[in-house]
Amino acid sequence: MSESSVSVVKVIRCIVCPTGCQIQAVSKGSDIVFEGYTCKRGLEYAEQEFYEPKRILTTTIRVESGLLPLIPVRSDKPILKDKLDEALIEIAKTQVSAPIEMGDILIENILGLELNIIASRNLAKN
Amino acid sequence: MKKYKSDVVVIGAGAAGLAAAIEVKKANLGVLIIERDKELGGITLQCIHNGFGLKEFEEELTGPEYAQRFINQVLELKIPFLLDSMVIEITKEKFVYAVNRNEGLIEVEAKAIILAMGCRERTRGAINIPGFRPAGIYTAGQAQRFVNIEGYLPGNTYVILGSGDIGMIMARRLTWEGCKVKAVVEIQPYVSGLLRNQVQCLEDYDIPLITNYTVTKIHGRERIKGVTISKVGRNFDRIIGSDQFIECDTLLLSVGLIPENELTLEAGAELSQNGGPLVDENLETTIDGIFACGNVLQVHDLVDMVTVEAKRAGKNAVEYINTRYGKELKKEKTFKCISGENVNYVKPDVINKDELSKNIYFTFRVKYPDRRVVIQLKDENNNIIYSKKKIYVIPSEMIELDLNLEEIKVNPDSKSITIEVIPRLEVLIEED
Repeated sequence: MSESSVSVVKVIRCIVCPTGCQIQAVSKGSDIVFEGYTCKRGLEYAEQEFYEPKRILTTTIRVESGLLPLIPVRSDKPILKDKLDEALIEIAKTQVSAPIEMGDILIENILGLELNIIASRNLAKN
Repeated sequence: MKKYKSDVVVIGAGAAGLAAAIEVKKANLGVLIIERDKELGGITLQCIHNGFGLKEFEEELTGPEYAQRFINQVLELKIPFLLDSMVIEITKEKFVYAVNRNEGLIEVEAKAIILAMGCRERTRGAINIPGFRPAGIYTAGQAQRFVNIEGYLPGNTYVILGSGDIGMIMARRLTWEGCKVKAVVEIQPYVSGLLRNQVQCLEDYDIPLITNYTVTKIHGRERIKGVTISKVGRNFDRIIGSDQFIECDTLLLSVGLIPENELTLEAGAELSQNGGPLVDENLETTIDGIFACGNVLQVHDLVDMVTVEAKRAGKNAVEYINTRYGKELKKEKTFKCISGENVNYVKPDVINKDELSKNIYFTFRVKYPDRRVVIQLKDENNNIIYSKKKIYVIPSEMIELDLNLEEIKVNPDSKSITIEVIPRLEVLIEED
């Protein structure tokens, strides 16, 4: 394999522990290999971040006749990072009514991603 | 004046107060929680992001979910609480005075008090930024409350001063709400919050983190129009010629937290160098029967650690009532815990020598980041009584040590124990 076919595709800063290893996703020919990790969990994190980065989405939804004007919500599973914006816009269009209980599904199967937006707390009616 | 009696009074219904009260109730003692807000839960209610509960529940929760689990327990156990009630005074005889709209002035006679008031944010006044006083300057936690609970956006374009966790989390939160965060400015050469927040809240959204800089001027008279940031030298002095103007309509300050100890001081308890009450290994202050836990004692990184500490305070308050209340058991022989090299502060501040068979739970922070270090405990004659290697230390990560002083054979005649974090010498000690 020639030297020129080796290049760093992405640098991933590991957040598994405070050490914060700089892990490099390196392209070698047709393969991607990871370098710079110092533990197995770091490698797993880098692979996930490289191939399919996901995040738990946490935001708020407007509430009608609640003790508070907003209910904090979360996605019940991690959501693809590049779908976050679209999901946020969808959530911003939504309004729900109190009372609400923690865990209530407020938006089912958002954007067809097979995950739900659920309430993070109880909220009584005003 | 309305008068109540309760075995224990817990001041504050945040993460610390709720966990402490539950612990007391489970031991079948009476407990009353007094909270100044209109609902139980405290500041975790506005921390709507995830990352809570990994230690306590072994699953990842948001702040409100974490709080709700404790609120539910309080309700199930039928623990009484007063909301919208501000404690205005506590005395060393353990009388608690509070006021609220329904009852006016209230007196509660307690056998033990648990302080769980938390902390407040440092403000612009605490860090002396020159300029006019235009609208648009908020602390990060205040902005968090507006955005997450009250439903207001404080502005459109932001500069955040300080890289504390709340500031970084707000940077992402505001970005998600369609705002523009132009920069996070940090006076230190390193980030002051957790790495995961730096990566997931700033780097994910290409928000510049500018270290070794601080805000040196606020522009605008009615509304903030921008800030001047300047590079700082070693002693945080401004480097001439390094000024840069950043246009923004809002400045958020995430520049540290101050334990809220006015009540503690008024009761006559001593504070220590970290701003929290001086406590022994039981989390008991210098006043018998008054305990402290959570951020009023020391600012924690993780709410899970607050819960652990609060449960200990609850258990110890119970033990105090069951064994020591009403008796004059003098606790005179103590080790003083001293912060040595690269240690900012250590809790507990003192350790009673008559209880050396119990494990001592030390928590402390370093002053500056370092790699390949060794944590050492020394007695007053500089004998090393314990050492542990650590690969990496940083001020934003609290370090815990759970040690049995009998097992590590501390000299009982020593007056002090010093904790230090020093560069590792090539000696044979066990890797952590």
